Amino acid sequence: MMIDDGAGVVIVGAGHAGGTAAALLRQYGWEGTITLVGEEPIPPYQRPPLSKAWLKGETDADSLMLKPESFYAGAGIDLILGVRALSIARSARTVSLDDGRTLSYETLILATGARARTLPIPGADLLGVMSLRSAADAETLKASLGPGRRLAVIGGGYIGLEAAASGRALGADVVVIEREASILARVAREPLCSFLTSYHRARGVAFEVGATVEAFEGEGGHVTGVRLGDGRVIGCDAVLVGVGLVRNDELAREAGLECVNGVVVDGHARTGDAHVFAIGDVTHRPMPLYDRMFWLESVANALEQAKQAAAAIVGRPSPPHEVTWNWSDQYDLKLQFAGLPFDAEDILVRGDPAAAKFAVFHLKGDVIRSLEAVNAPAEFMAGRLLIGAERPISRARLADSSVSMKEVAA
Amino acid sequence: MAKITYIEHNGAEHVIEVKNGLSVMEGAVKNNIPGIDADCGGACACATCHVYVAEAWRDKTGTPSAMEESMLDFAENVEPNSRLSCQIKVSDALDGLVVTMPESQH
Repeated sequence: MMIDDGAGVVIVGAGHAGGTAAALLRQYGWEGTITLVGEEPIPPYQRPPLSKAWLKGETDADSLMLKPESFYAGAGIDLILGVRALSIARSARTVSLDDGRTLSYETLILATGARARTLPIPGADLLGVMSLRSAADAETLKASLGPGRRLAVIGGGYIGLEAAASGRALGADVVVIEREASILARVAREPLCSFLTSYHRARGVAFEVGATVEAFEGEGGHVTGVRLGDGRVIGCDAVLVGVGLVRNDELAREAGLECVNGVVVDGHARTGDAHVFAIGDVTHRPMPLYDRMFWLESVANALEQAKQAAAAIVGRPSPPHEVTWNWSDQYDLKLQFAGLPFDAEDILVRGDPAAAKFAVFHLKGDVIRSLEAVNAPAEFMAGRLLIGAERPISRARLADSSVSMKEVAA
Repeated sequence: MAKITYIEHNGAEHVIEVKNGLSVMEGAVKNNIPGIDADCGGACACATCHVYVAEAWRDKTGTPSAMEESMLDFAENVEPNSRLSCQIKVSDALDGLVVTMPESQH
């Protein structure tokens, strides 16, 4: 069945990026059709709270929604949910869906995101072994947390640490199992890694670092423990596997679009096909500040590229490039990150980790390339501006907390 | 429920009924009102939901936390009546609130 919809914009992927692109197109005055296709059964929602405020029960499902469901009909956005795109025919400019429909497009936006990496080890299919990516995943995880329940987190990355903190808030016993010698080994440096380890330990989280996971053990089809490389078995009622993402670039790859661990796009979120854009977690994108291509996994990236694509489609000037940023909430800690530590030669710590208020700056010469701020919003905000400006700073002043960030940035 | 008037930088006015318990930011975003980006969704992590609170409403909207103040310090075009709208909770007491958006959140 072919739907002749006037061939407007078709967006495949109704996550943060896809949902935002649809709304921005209308906000920017796009009058053509917009069709937003999502695999999940619910309208676009925010994923970050799933491991934070939502998991702890501080916000409800309604507050996760990017827009109320009524918004889409009101804005003339055709929302097709619970449906998967199977293939793209770029010469015919059509997308085939798994409900039998074929959609024509003038412009296609791929916003297919990423999925949680799974562990190919025995027991991975036991009940109680889960990932955290979707609202449905989060419901499953939440149902398995509570006083006295034992959660094993595989992977000491941000998802794992946020779930650990939320799990403790709900009264669960939590152990974090990390393959590397330190948590956050892939994304952060000292003193942040030690600080967060101590902070979690002091709140009852146990750590097994430098530990490989051999298998999940179970009884009656449900997980009962995690068997480590040294033969020990860590007993648990639930396992959260948080070991990174796999980009959902198969659709693009099969359509012959260039992919390098993600769909390759330019600074306007365009692929090599003038009719196809790609945005969000699925992309491999230019990082102008760092003079290279990279992939980002963040809301900030989803929003920046949604703006780029929407602007290009309606013919608005491209938005200025942003300094990439992200955040994490754990206990009473507000962690904020800006930039990427490419080419950084050393670090400078401002503030006092013992007081849980400090920032780690990664420097190349006297230029800040990236930062990690813990309960240090001024350091984050000023640092982010300085990263974008690529302006040398005085290391002595930056290291001196009695000199305000306003003065450092002056 | 509170009737809130959101005024874009270009003067365009939007009057919206916002449910108690939501933030002033959520009232705007959920109704697709331009001018409030709220990139972090209300976690007080990004300062892209900056608004100016009309003078008559400054007391009723409370005082910003230290976190909010630090974030605002580095937002663009900050004024004494600047707030992060994700940190203002809507209640009956805010019926009639008027906020204005800055030229840009980025």
